[in-house]
Amino acid sequence: MITGPRRGRPRRHDDGNGDGDERHGGTPAEERSRSRVRAFGLRTRLLLAFLLVAAVSAGTTAALTYREARNALLETAQDTAVTSFRDQVQQTGFSLPVRREGLEEVLRDIARKGKPHPWVVFAEYGSLRASSGENPVSTVITPELRRAATADPHGSFERVVKDGVPYLTIAMPTVFRASASTVLPSGLVLYAVMRMTDEQLNVDALLTAARDGALPGLVVALIPALLAARSVLRPVRELSRAARSMGSGRLDTRIPVRGSDELADLARTFNESAAQLERSVRELREAEERARRFASDVSHELRTPLAGMLAVTEVLDEDADDLDADTARAVRLVSAETGKLAVLVEDLMEISRFDARAAELNTDEVDVAEAIGKTLQHRHWTDGRVRVELPGGIRARLDPRRFDVVVANLVGNALRHGGAPVMVRLRTEERPPGPPVLVTEVVDSGPGIRPESLPHIFDRFYKADAARTRSAGSGLGLAITQENVKLHGGTIHAGNLPGGGAVFTVEIPLQAEEAGG
Amino acid sequence: MPRVLLIEDDPAVREGVELGLRRRGHEVRAAATGEAGLAALAEFRPDLLLLDLMLPGMNGVQVCRQVRERSQLPIIMLTARGDDFDVVIGLEAGADDYIVKPARTEVIEARIRAVLRRLDDGNPGRPAIEVYGALTVDRVGLTVAKAGRPLALAPSELKLLLHLCAAPEQVFSRQQLLEHVWEHSYHADARLVDACVARLRGKIEDEPGSPRYVQTLRGFGYRFGPL
Repeated sequence: MITGPRRGRPRRHDDGNGDGDERHGGTPAEERSRSRVRAFGLRTRLLLAFLLVAAVSAGTTAALTYREARNALLETAQDTAVTSFRDQVQQTGFSLPVRREGLEEVLRDIARKGKPHPWVVFAEYGSLRASSGENPVSTVITPELRRAATADPHGSFERVVKDGVPYLTIAMPTVFRASASTVLPSGLVLYAVMRMTDEQLNVDALLTAARDGALPGLVVALIPALLAARSVLRPVRELSRAARSMGSGRLDTRIPVRGSDELADLARTFNESAAQLERSVRELREAEERARRFASDVSHELRTPLAGMLAVTEVLDEDADDLDADTARAVRLVSAETGKLAVLVEDLMEISRFDARAAELNTDEVDVAEAIGKTLQHRHWTDGRVRVELPGGIRARLDPRRFDVVVANLVGNALRHGGAPVMVRLRTEERPPGPPVLVTEVVDSGPGIRPESLPHIFDRFYKADAARTRSAGSGLGLAITQENVKLHGGTIHAGNLPGGGAVFTVEIPLQAEEAGG
Repeated sequence: MPRVLLIEDDPAVREGVELGLRRRGHEVRAAATGEAGLAALAEFRPDLLLLDLMLPGMNGVQVCRQVRERSQLPIIMLTARGDDFDVVIGLEAGADDYIVKPARTEVIEARIRAVLRRLDDGNPGRPAIEVYGALTVDRVGLTVAKAGRPLALAPSELKLLLHLCAAPEQVFSRQQLLEHVWEHSYHADARLVDACVARLRGKIEDEPGSPRYVQTLRGFGYRFGPL
């Protein structure tokens, strides 16, 4: 059964170039690689934050533990050494004035009893120097210790590191009892120097232990960090995927809402917004669809009375001569306007078919130069106003009727609004990686298109010249031309030559082999 | 002057076209429905049928099929561009040509004349009767027989066959055929040719699926033979 005009998707009888929609985002693999190479993405920042917190806490703990343990170790050794040295010094009787002979023996005796490690004992009395070792004077004892030794009768000690070896140096001034209550320094000061290598080893071991404990801690901290990052990133990634999917036109995209945290709130908000957007877009589309159908119905309805009117315009034109002047003018006016109205309605119908995506491309393989030549010939544009550069042998798959409309419209426009001579050029251009394109150029010799008109030149009913009369055409010519070019998968561009003159460039992908090629 | 039967349901179009054609000297009979049109056929005996596709009740395509069952009367459809589907259906049903509404009377008359015009024989020296395989073509009597049995070819089918076999093995593009056989302006609809070729093959080929007489050259057009 036949039921009026049919609407449907455009059927392409050639192999169309698929859906030419601009690509939003990419494949999941691309997304993954993109999130991996992002230097300071959310995941990296989360991991770094976790590691920093773990490192600070582990480091602090280790440092405090180390310091306490080290101090305890060293103090034990010190106390033992200082106490036993004091005891030794006190138990040893020194006869004053001190003489060197016998003193070294005494010193060696004290040194033998050194605790916890052997000591080297030095004695200083005035200018007298003696020791239990080989050197009479120690190189380790610092002037500060010497000063402290004279100040504090109970002895002082100092830790010294010399040539990488830690030493404990103890100074003990000897005293004599002047009476029951007063104790006077005798001037003889004994020094003990003890290596603390063992303690150092222990301390180093402590340090190693602290470090070895902290590092696995950091590694272990990575696991919750990764888990946390994943729990945040997965919803974020889902959101980004969903947003992309919405952007590519799938407005029914929704995100699964998990749990009740802020991310779940975000997902819910997204879903609500998406639903609202979908509703608005649907309403808009329905309104647009109604408007389109209205335009299409109106032009369909207009066509029938016009068919009757157009059939009788000749009768009017013929008999107008026999009527009185006013009636004749009226009759001629009706006849002329009927013709224009017919063109306008035809163009309106064509536009509504494009809008309803019901425009069909009936392609045939044609010699393009021949096709353009026929178009010009058919419109009687062969009187020198139109010049051509049409290389033969270019074959392309085109819809001959639509291509004819394109060329005729551009050349007609150039003659009307630009000026003769009009040049029509044809060529092919390689456009890697795509197929080569067929380039059709129409150049006029007029003043060119005003810059402010250029962006609107293909708009429907756009008048580039405000004073332009309606007689120039339906006002839909260039809009239809553009739609026809698009239907071929091509583009049309308007511009001006440097020296004036408008240029319209039509590019259509070539889907046919060159003749003989 | 040709006698034209017009079947059109819209009074304005019917009256307008009838008036326009009558002014140009045609004898016109108009009918508002397909049924009335078919009834008028026998009594009016037109030279050509102008047929609107969108008819109430019995539609134009059905009328077209009924007429084709009985006669080789030239049929031109009145249609609206955009109802593309209808055009194809109408052509498959046996219409010879079509006119897009709205159209001026001069256009309608030009199409009528083109359909009714005999192909001018470009080579009067050739024999009137030619034999190609099982086909016998009589260029003067304008008849085609296959294996001795006369074939009922519609005007457009006959013209197409005569044009193709006048130059055997020469390839004609669809546009060339449109210009020579239908006298259409250059940008007419190539589906006219395809539909006509399909109908012609259905009548002259042994196997229309693998044609022997009217062969297709993909991307270039059609040719007659080689046999």
